[in-house]
Amino acid sequence: MEYLIFIGIGVLFSVGTYLLLCRSLLRVIGGFMVISHAVHMLILTMAGLNTGSAPLVDLSGSESTDPLPHAVILTAIVIGFGLTSFLIVLAYRTYKSHKTDDLEKLRGADNE
Amino acid sequence: MSNIVVLPILIPVLAGALLILLVKRHRIQRFMSGLSAIATLAASLYLAVYVYNNGGIATLELGTWSAPFGIVMVADLLSVTVVAVSSLVGVCCLFFAFRTLHPERERYYFHPLFFFLITGVNGAALTGDIFNMFVFFEVMLLSSYALIVIGGTKFQLRESFKYAIINIFASMLFLAGIAYLYGITGTLNMAHIAERIDGLEETGALPVVAIVFFIVFAMKGALFPLYFWLPRAYYGAPIAITALFGGLLTKVGVYAIIRTYTLIFTQDVAFTHHFLILLIAGFTMLLGVLGAVSSFDLKKILSYHIISQLGYIVIGIGLFTPLALAGTIFYYFHHIFVKTSLLLFSGVVERITGTTDLKKTGGILKTHPSLAWLFLIPALSIAGIPPLSGFFGKFALVLESLQEASYLIAFVAMFVGLLTLFSMLKIFINAFWGEQKHSNKQGETPIMDVLAPVLPLVFLTITIGVGAQWSFGFSMEIAEQLLDPSIYIDSVLKE
Repeated sequence: MEYLIFIGIGVLFSVGTYLLLCRSLLRVIGGFMVISHAVHMLILTMAGLNTGSAPLVDLSGSESTDPLPHAVILTAIVIGFGLTSFLIVLAYRTYKSHKTDDLEKLRGADNE
Repeated sequence: MSNIVVLPILIPVLAGALLILLVKRHRIQRFMSGLSAIATLAASLYLAVYVYNNGGIATLELGTWSAPFGIVMVADLLSVTVVAVSSLVGVCCLFFAFRTLHPERERYYFHPLFFFLITGVNGAALTGDIFNMFVFFEVMLLSSYALIVIGGTKFQLRESFKYAIINIFASMLFLAGIAYLYGITGTLNMAHIAERIDGLEETGALPVVAIVFFIVFAMKGALFPLYFWLPRAYYGAPIAITALFGGLLTKVGVYAIIRTYTLIFTQDVAFTHHFLILLIAGFTMLLGVLGAVSSFDLKKILSYHIISQLGYIVIGIGLFTPLALAGTIFYYFHHIFVKTSLLLFSGVVERITGTTDLKKTGGILKTHPSLAWLFLIPALSIAGIPPLSGFFGKFALVLESLQEASYLIAFVAMFVGLLTLFSMLKIFINAFWGEQKHSNKQGETPIMDVLAPVLPLVFLTITIGVGAQWSFGFSMEIAEQLLDPSIYIDSVLKE
């Protein structure tokens, strides 16, 4: 199971990297979103996929799942959500004032 | 167990939340934000004195969950000093912003964002948990993205999009590094990580993790070759914000390098410290200062200098001896004072002449002599002229690199010092000497009100330079505490 997820993470990372290197603003944001999900999966897998019981004190299971990665991923998802919405607004404003979403044209003049 | 550890984080975050509600009420907002900034400074100074008098380290377990399980706040000598200095810089920049920032810009949530930035900086310094450090980094960076685009000119929108994307990518790498570290050690508490890594048998993966973290912090701290976003992103923002960023933002990345590379990643010092960090430090210094020499705009020169001075700061971590680390810490604080004051002075110049292009300025010495002579103090300090503070940091670093037989880095450091002096003199000659290029009406611009917030910083750079015996001794104490991680580990885990 771990190997399958690691391959999935690798695919997500490469797709994300491809999108980050695109010229369109929206695709760059999409690339960031894909990479952030790849990282969340990485956290989950690095902690070890465990099929134990729920991590509750009273439950007398022999082995319980590690709760920490879930807390970490939840926080990271919220942060990623905030960042994504900010980036989309920023990209929209950039598009409005520059009349282009092509990063090649947003390089800036040489004589500044 | 002392609750005051959390005050430097709590006051700004509450102030920021309150100020969102007051954003329409201009005068109350200003009053409240000035008051809260001073309260933050007072709390951080109190914390610093408390920690210094009580054994040099204080911890707070949030919600009384004991150390490796709950979140823990750790205030050691380095972090309390970082917190005190950043709160001070915050106060200076805020009062400078009152006088210079366009009211239209101030109304777009400048004050709340400013306080969230301070929250992030203080939190990243005080936390003892690597994931919490990531969270505080994000708090700080998200407010910095918003602050850097305040005003929304075409130039700002274009450059801050790149700034945001680069930093977000670095944040994702940071998270990946945390995942690796958690996979290896099974904990997120930094003291606990350090303890477990010590007893690890299989350490093959650790250099990789160390380098992932180094890339992340180097990207946030603008080290070679990841600094290209800095000069342009900082150029567009209003000067009070640029000065705040120049003083604090990149320093947080360097703080994280100091923290992790003295506490966690100390297994393969020969490769990570002596080779990697020293190499990066040399290139950062050299290329940063070459950028400064080649530009002809006050703000741009100063932005490039941020990069080259960061190279100096990192040398000491690369050499990894007590004296070198003390030099690094001394230089770190010296640079915060000097760089913020220089950037604020460039704001005053812009206020008088209306431009920061050195070809269009000149002769300010005739109309505003106080500004010119005050500018000269941090300018000479950054170039390393004794008895100002820059000299002692550089002296310790160069001396120690000669003793450690790293002759090349010592040569580069001295050569870069020369070029720094050259570019500072270029500013002085073109902006302050020579023919007066601004009109007589501009020459009568009152500047005392904007100079006042900068004076404490200039005063401090003189003080820590003249009183180097005391201030360098204090840096030495911090360095010794850092080089003995067992103090940190024991006081966090209470063994």
